[in-house]
Amino acid sequence: MRMVMESPCVAVTVNGKVIEVPEGTTLADLLGSEGYDRSRIAVEVDGDICPRADLGSRVIRGGETVEVVSFVGGG
Amino acid sequence: MGRGVRIGIAGLGGMGSNVAVMLVRSGFRDLVVADFDTVDESNIARQAYLPCHLGMSKTDALASVLHDIDPGASVEVHDTRLDASNAAGIFSACDVVCEALDDPESKAMLVETLLEAGFTVVACSGMAGDGDANSIVTRRAMGRLWVCGDGVSDVASEGRLNAARVSVCAGHMALAAMHLAQGEEPRFCIQGD
Repeated sequence: MRMVMESPCVAVTVNGKVIEVPEGTTLADLLGSEGYDRSRIAVEVDGDICPRADLGSRVIRGGETVEVVSFVGGG
Repeated sequence: MGRGVRIGIAGLGGMGSNVAVMLVRSGFRDLVVADFDTVDESNIARQAYLPCHLGMSKTDALASVLHDIDPGASVEVHDTRLDASNAAGIFSACDVVCEALDDPESKAMLVETLLEAGFTVVACSGMAGDGDANSIVTRRAMGRLWVCGDGVSDVASEGRLNAARVSVCAGHMALAAMHLAQGEEPRFCIQGD
């Protein structure tokens, strides 16, 4: 019998929606899979701004609350 | 109103120029304004400039408009392109900064830069076209970020900006900035998503 090892998941809240992601997922992975364009967003994690340059190295911790604002053109 | 508070405006197009006029008319007489552009004919349709301003820098043209309204207004002008290295310094003494740029990538850069530096920001996103004015709202999107607009009407898809709808959104921004600059939570504001 072959065992399938599933990596444990953590829950994160993104703009009010709870999402389960595998442990070790970065913010860049998550926001990419949710369809956000990284060049047009600002991201806050538990009340602190997370610079876009850090999204690729920032690993999600269970229970965090992420707020993402996407901008469209016009001003 | 507005005594002792200073408000920054980043970008002096349809949003920023109209926000500035509304603030000065409302007694907020201490502004820091920044833009790198000059006034051209297409701007007259929805921005706070007149044909006599054609060819002038938007900063000088706006200062002229504001001083016509209130000769005693203090308008610090920065005729420069805002970026991650200069924005926090330009707006350093401001109680609140209005993000009124047009390009979405520049908006994201500026909002991120200002929030990281500890500013309170009123941004705008989604006011293009001539659709429903009632879909434009003021929303608290983050701890120190309020966003005005419908969130979706992109000038790239709508094709144009309409003076009336731009004015609705500029009014939202000006009111939110007035309240925040005085240490008040903006009234009639949607919380969260």
